[in-house]
Amino acid sequence: MSKTILSVDDSASIRQLVVFTLEKEGYEVVSAVDGQDALAKAKGQAVDMVITDLNMPNVDGIELIQALRADPAFKFTPIVMLTTESAMNKKDAGKQAGATGWIVKPFKPEQLIAVVKRLLG
Amino acid sequence: MDAQKNLYREEAYELLANLEDALIELEQHPDDLDIVGRVFRAMHTIKGSGAMFGFDDIAAFTHTIETVYDLIRDGKLSVTQDIISLTLSSCDQIKAMLDASQGLETVSDERTVELTQAFTAYLPQEEGAPDKGSPSLEKTGDQADGQRPLTTFRIRFQPHKDLFANGTNPLPLLNELKDLGESTIVCHMKDLPDLMDMDPEACYTSWDIILTTTSDINTIRDVFIFVEDSSEITIEPVDTLATENLDAEYKKVGEILLERGAIQKEDLDKALKTQKRIGEVLLDKGVVDKSEIRSALAEQEQIRAMRKKRAAADETSSIRVPAARLDALVNLVGELVTVQARLTQFSAKKSDPDLMGIAEEVERLSAELRDISMGIRMLPIGTTFAKFKRLVRDLSNELGKDINFVMEGEETELDKTVIDKLSDPLVHLIRNSIDHGIEQPDKRVASGKPAQGVIKLSAQHSGAHVLISIADDGNGLDVDVIRAKAIEKGIISAETTLTEKEIHELIFAPGFSTAQNVTSVSGRGVGMDVVRSSIEGLSGTVEVHSSKGRGTTITLKLPLTLAIIDGLLVNIASESFVIPLGAVVECVELTEEGKTRAHGRHLIKVREEIIPYIPLRETFSINEGIPAIEQVVITELGDKRVGFVVDRVIGQHQTVIKTMGHMLKNIDNISGATILGDGTVALILDVYKLIQQTEYLEREGLQQ
Repeated sequence: MSKTILSVDDSASIRQLVVFTLEKEGYEVVSAVDGQDALAKAKGQAVDMVITDLNMPNVDGIELIQALRADPAFKFTPIVMLTTESAMNKKDAGKQAGATGWIVKPFKPEQLIAVVKRLLG
Repeated sequence: MDAQKNLYREEAYELLANLEDALIELEQHPDDLDIVGRVFRAMHTIKGSGAMFGFDDIAAFTHTIETVYDLIRDGKLSVTQDIISLTLSSCDQIKAMLDASQGLETVSDERTVELTQAFTAYLPQEEGAPDKGSPSLEKTGDQADGQRPLTTFRIRFQPHKDLFANGTNPLPLLNELKDLGESTIVCHMKDLPDLMDMDPEACYTSWDIILTTTSDINTIRDVFIFVEDSSEITIEPVDTLATENLDAEYKKVGEILLERGAIQKEDLDKALKTQKRIGEVLLDKGVVDKSEIRSALAEQEQIRAMRKKRAAADETSSIRVPAARLDALVNLVGELVTVQARLTQFSAKKSDPDLMGIAEEVERLSAELRDISMGIRMLPIGTTFAKFKRLVRDLSNELGKDINFVMEGEETELDKTVIDKLSDPLVHLIRNSIDHGIEQPDKRVASGKPAQGVIKLSAQHSGAHVLISIADDGNGLDVDVIRAKAIEKGIISAETTLTEKEIHELIFAPGFSTAQNVTSVSGRGVGMDVVRSSIEGLSGTVEVHSSKGRGTTITLKLPLTLAIIDGLLVNIASESFVIPLGAVVECVELTEEGKTRAHGRHLIKVREEIIPYIPLRETFSINEGIPAIEQVVITELGDKRVGFVVDRVIGQHQTVIKTMGHMLKNIDNISGATILGDGTVALILDVYKLIQQTEYLEREGLQQ
């Protein structure tokens, strides 16, 4: 049975790329447009991993990670943050909030798949 | 990629529109940090997504602007009239760059530089270099793999207690290391406290990994990049399998332990004085932990093995074994697995911890035995693929066609019986591609294709299956021709309406062939249906995807092994059945309410999807005791999802397949049987056939 990944990014083009890349590898992908949307969607189903951008309106990536870690259902779920080279301090904040790993934008689809395999198997 | 570029452009144009609004608002309320946030995020997305989809000029330009707004966000800079004007001008510039990427306009590079400089003036003079902390997810230095010698590394992975707190799972990391080469992994459990004192959220284990690989140390370090802060990692090369070292004996266990600092020299000397084996002595004296010894021994063992392998590289070290002997072995393993299941069930009933411990070990060993014996029968499919090269060459010459034959995935392994039975069907499919698929070179050029056609034969693993596909960029299937021929042959009536996919499926009907001339190669009309039944005989499926004028791809999906599969054990009343787990995607409940909501039709709504189901009680005429809530096991074959209704889902079951006896072989929807731990028989359902049958019955109006 395939694993479900929650992908969170306010950029439609990135969301589409993530869905395309991961579905080809056999994962199920649920997309959300920001942290608030993500939390709503996470309530509905079993999610095996979360990939999230950090800069988003409403609830941003850091807040999302904090909210997820505080929820017993997501305490040990692997969470990957999408960061940019110029925002490495955000990456540290994400680590503090409990993120498992990170990918730097821009990234190639193969890099995304490698990280998912490394954290989820 | 074009579609993605377009999507980005659309997104960017929209963002720019929002951005302009925000800037005008910001001009009125220069201290409103929310608006600043909106501006920052818009720039950030334009930059980030731009870089992703190849708009590097936009990404570079926006970078400086984003940095300025970051400073404003942090309160280090105030919004001024000048900044707003510059930003609005930049929006125009970005728009121009987007237009230019579509060929609509040219962009003034001087203007870009001018604006960038204007923004840079707002930045503090020392701008730090970007953090080098990004993981290099590319395999570093793998280009020279063939030349680099095998090196053995000693890797120690000691997670801190709080490893799991950030969602880390150490097992995929170990798997990633395993994929780099040959490895032995030893787990240290000496810090594991009693169950009563254990914190289930803490990590008490650490691992030693002895890895022999051609990868370099940075590739190994990269695996641990996310856990650097939450664990202790040491990686040291301990042996290079360069030829010079091969004669020297590898270090003795004591030396290894000494080197690692696990023991002191005095312990080593004292222990050596006695005659016992060093490991035993050190263990007896309590100087070192059992897992340390195991780890050191593993290192020694692995390196010795690697050296032996390397030394024997030129000699052939394989043995020919009569296939019958292997079959006997696999049979025995099957019997063993069955008895082991009984043992496990029995020990669970007896609740005797000693017995359960033994049963667990037997289970572990028989699983390993099963995997190894299944593995012995696996051969790379490349051996079969290779002989097709000649076939393609000869045939394309005979027919005057120019064909590039590409093979992929030759190292994919399959059970020997499966490979043997695949040969003929593959030959037929390739012949079809050459004969009917690829056009003559002049015809190809006339329709804008390169004169040389491509036939790609590829194999890859997919879960518990192997996917083999033959893809050509030739004619593709012509639905009109197929339809006409099918009507002519009486396979369908002239009034029947079919979808394009269904028309494609007609080529598998017995007696079908659209070849104008029966050539020496094909056209006898005995081909595709035989291909399909051969593949189905191997418990596989055949699918065709085709696009007129573009090409055809035939995909074969085959199970990895025919003898033992992972199954899902289910119950209907007192009968047990097994559904191959590889086909199962999920199980949901079927309540009275669910049934009435579908108005008596066999449909169930799962989240947003409507999925048809087959009520197995009806199929098998089982009438006793329906439970109030039934279970629907949802399977996925190709892109179709169909549910099967059962009473209870018991769980995963290692299923040793026994063929049905002579008399019962023709029952289509059962593909075999298995013996459960308590001695009863469970029938294994042929999901594909069941779906086919139900579709047939529905189409003929014999069922609801």
